[in-house]
Amino acid sequence: MSAGPDGPDTVARAAATGDRPQPYAELGLTSDEYQRIRQMLGRRPSDCELAIYSVMWSEHCSYKSSRRHLRQFADKAPPSDTLLAGIGQNAGVVDIGQGYAVTFKIESHNHPSYVEPFQGAATGVGGIVRDILAMGARPVAVMDALRFGPADAPDTARVLPGVVGGISFYGNCLGLPNIGGELAFDPCYAGNPLVNALCVGVMRHEDLQLAAASGEGNKVILFGARTGPDGIGGASVLASASFGGGESAKRPSVQVGDPFMEKLLVECCLELGAAGLVKGIQDLGAAGISCATAELAEGGGSGMAIRLDAVPLRDPSLGPAEILMSESQERMMAIAAPGDVERFLAICARWEVPATVIGEVTGAGRLELTWHGELVVDIAPETAAHGGPVYDRRAARPAGQDALAADDPAALPRPSSGGELRAALLSLLGSPGLADKTWVTQQYDRHVRGDTVLAMPEDAGVLRVDELTGLGVALATDGNGQYCLLDPYAGAQLALAEAYRNVAATGARPVAVTNCLNFGSPEDPAVMWQFTESVRGLADGCAALGTPVTGGNVSFYNQTGQAAIHPTPVVGVLGVLDDVRRRVAMGFGQPGAQVVLLGATRAEFGGSAWAQVAHGHLGGRPPAVVLDAERAAASLLAAAARAGLLAAAHDVSDGGLAIALAESCLAGGHGCRVRLPGDEFTFLFSESAARVVVAVVPGSEEQFSGLCAAHGVPAAVLGTVGGTSLEVTGSFAIPLDELAAAHRGVLPALFG
Amino acid sequence: MTARVGIVTFPGSLDDRDAARAVTRAGGEAVPLWHADRGLRGVDAVVLPGGFSYGDYLRCGAIARFAPVMADLVPAARAGLPVLGICNGFQILCEAHLLPGALVRNSGLRFIDRCLRIRVEDTGTPWTRDYAPGQEITLVLKSGEGAYLAGEAALAAMEDQGQVVVRYCDGSPNGSARDIAGVRNAAGNVVGLMPHPEHAIDPLTGPGSDGLGFFTSAVRQLVAG
Repeated sequence: MSAGPDGPDTVARAAATGDRPQPYAELGLTSDEYQRIRQMLGRRPSDCELAIYSVMWSEHCSYKSSRRHLRQFADKAPPSDTLLAGIGQNAGVVDIGQGYAVTFKIESHNHPSYVEPFQGAATGVGGIVRDILAMGARPVAVMDALRFGPADAPDTARVLPGVVGGISFYGNCLGLPNIGGELAFDPCYAGNPLVNALCVGVMRHEDLQLAAASGEGNKVILFGARTGPDGIGGASVLASASFGGGESAKRPSVQVGDPFMEKLLVECCLELGAAGLVKGIQDLGAAGISCATAELAEGGGSGMAIRLDAVPLRDPSLGPAEILMSESQERMMAIAAPGDVERFLAICARWEVPATVIGEVTGAGRLELTWHGELVVDIAPETAAHGGPVYDRRAARPAGQDALAADDPAALPRPSSGGELRAALLSLLGSPGLADKTWVTQQYDRHVRGDTVLAMPEDAGVLRVDELTGLGVALATDGNGQYCLLDPYAGAQLALAEAYRNVAATGARPVAVTNCLNFGSPEDPAVMWQFTESVRGLADGCAALGTPVTGGNVSFYNQTGQAAIHPTPVVGVLGVLDDVRRRVAMGFGQPGAQVVLLGATRAEFGGSAWAQVAHGHLGGRPPAVVLDAERAAASLLAAAARAGLLAAAHDVSDGGLAIALAESCLAGGHGCRVRLPGDEFTFLFSESAARVVVAVVPGSEEQFSGLCAAHGVPAAVLGTVGGTSLEVTGSFAIPLDELAAAHRGVLPALFG
Repeated sequence: MTARVGIVTFPGSLDDRDAARAVTRAGGEAVPLWHADRGLRGVDAVVLPGGFSYGDYLRCGAIARFAPVMADLVPAARAGLPVLGICNGFQILCEAHLLPGALVRNSGLRFIDRCLRIRVEDTGTPWTRDYAPGQEITLVLKSGEGAYLAGEAALAAMEDQGQVVVRYCDGSPNGSARDIAGVRNAAGNVVGLMPHPEHAIDPLTGPGSDGLGFFTSAVRQLVAG
């Protein structure tokens, strides 16, 4: 395509051969989009320019179907004085006090993880870590929210162990503790697994870096791994379509990760930043050099002149368009002053990271790329970075939505005797989605760096940020595709509420949100309706909870044929703990502690784990969203944790109080005896929101009860921690051994 | 006088920060040592920390043993310098032939991160002096290639000479011969183990503080000596 017999397709040639047909459709551009490019340039694009626009205007990079809706996250954002950088940067940055800032973001790597589970998931970790690194922060932990098809499906046995193995391989070798996440199963994810990776980083305020190239004459340095033919789906199309495929063979489109190089890159970048040698920096992810050059130049309001032939290659046969589109991992691009280049390169050499000056910042406002002296790209950077089309896709409430809501689980037969309730609890506890996740989590290093205070299976991961003061952060991710299918507006808010509550249960103060919006095809009006409702719900929910969205990611086209996944917004919430020594864990570890249920319980079974596990039923309405109650409970928990009143706290969600109590007993190694203040089935299995079960430190009962009243949080005393059984007085008792057997053997039996 | 304990950072070392923290908590001074530099900066002891040196894409520790710093460390260790290798550090010490045996892939073929019980069998080394003979402690095991192997004759000889320093209490989680979790050289100054004592120095961030004894043992003895 590039260095064919007549040399590359230069800008001059493009101007002279305006009517040459180009394979824009194969590259994913519509004919309207192609015409728009021609109109902007006043000529046909060169092959390299076509490559840039095709990747930069893709759904993945341009957010063309989602952008007009995502604006709500900024428009409705609650006032916050803690946001140092928000949406639009590589990741949002939050001030957590004492001069520290935290940056965090969640991103999908769904499609690659289905095609090649191990490398797909591994490079998902690598990509999100570089986003955090690009902000100037030291990455300090990762989390993973995973969703697969049925646990016993043959393809799940291929995808799940590969995904977990890839995350384990990359994260462990990189030296980042994995502190939590999710694992869920549903038939809708068969063929469309969701692999969402979150990374969190810490920096001092003054370390903040932005993706901007400015200062005419400053040098553009590409450093990290060499560029190879990774992930060049589109460029191969370009090659074979326009030049008969002579140069580039069809190549696997999933990238391969090298966590060792990433580790070196992390240390190298932090040392470069500390030495003050970085004027601007950007990671190379999707769309590789195309994206990094366009966004850096656009961010700095400048231009850039790049010699593509200077890019160090792993495969010398690559042409300029392939170099532009390559998604080779573990690469960064930085801007440095000419006088600093020598020191910059020396630090890279110390870390054995290859680094090359490939061009410079210009004042021309143009992105000018050459290939052995010939101009192959000459465009305005903003046209690629942010000038893509924005679509107002048709959204229509699906025809079956009313019928789905009308299919109320109230009609389902319910267990009532003690024996039936006992059996229902054990069956839920042993269902794959609620079973013990140790099979997965013990493949991840949670201890490296020595700052992990809480990790899975706790409600939230908790990290110490400052060893002297005890300042720390808590993080949780949640999503519930079933709730969202029943009502995407409420479902998105319930995901937000659960993550918020999980963070609050540790005693942390929730402060900011990131999200990964996983949906089917935006070209399907029903999916688009689910998307718009979810975004609206999430934006409204964040406003009500006072937690701004700081960034996120959209993943469309998660569907097989006409069948889309359930709408699955995954929400990550960041909280702050002034002193991690005051954090509260979920286990019932203190006999004699009073067990109290916070929040109101209503008969709410739509989308519940009970309805699905016991009856394979999904219908009705999801639990009511009660954000003011969530807020009150969170502020109560923070106050109680600070005062040292809580021996344990655990969020009540999937599977209801029954599962929450069982998990707290197993985690703490002690049973409990409780009496339920109403219909036992409802109290055990309803999934009403805004509820947390806590154990109160003996002697603090009165003080805690007063605090509940002061915060307006309903509190029902259920009983006491102690013994070796989970006992519901007058109904049933289950020895801890039996609970453990039901809970722990499930995933090993499925996955070996 | 404070004992100065060198912590070597290879490319891909990950637990160097944790090892330094453990030395500091034990009352010693942690001295960073860089893989590419010659000389040991006059330290009284050295810790080779955990991680994936050079990515461990080849055999674990196989490349690190050729690092410039090892050219000074190996003769110093042979001359009696106390050296502790943790996880990847243990693998490097075996590759460098400072310790007998080898570490191979876990029998379950997967990485394991788990808190487990370890029995201290030899309290005569500079790293285990603060423990009672037979004391059971809880440490973190986190490794993919942690199965300790050696020939039967070598294992028998090591047992005879008391070179097994720590053993898994509840059976080997990874296929290690004779439940061996860590060993020493014949002289006793070089110790390697797969579980991580530096991750068990504070109940806030680990399973307890049982691991601190490895570091206090060395720091106290060096100051006293």
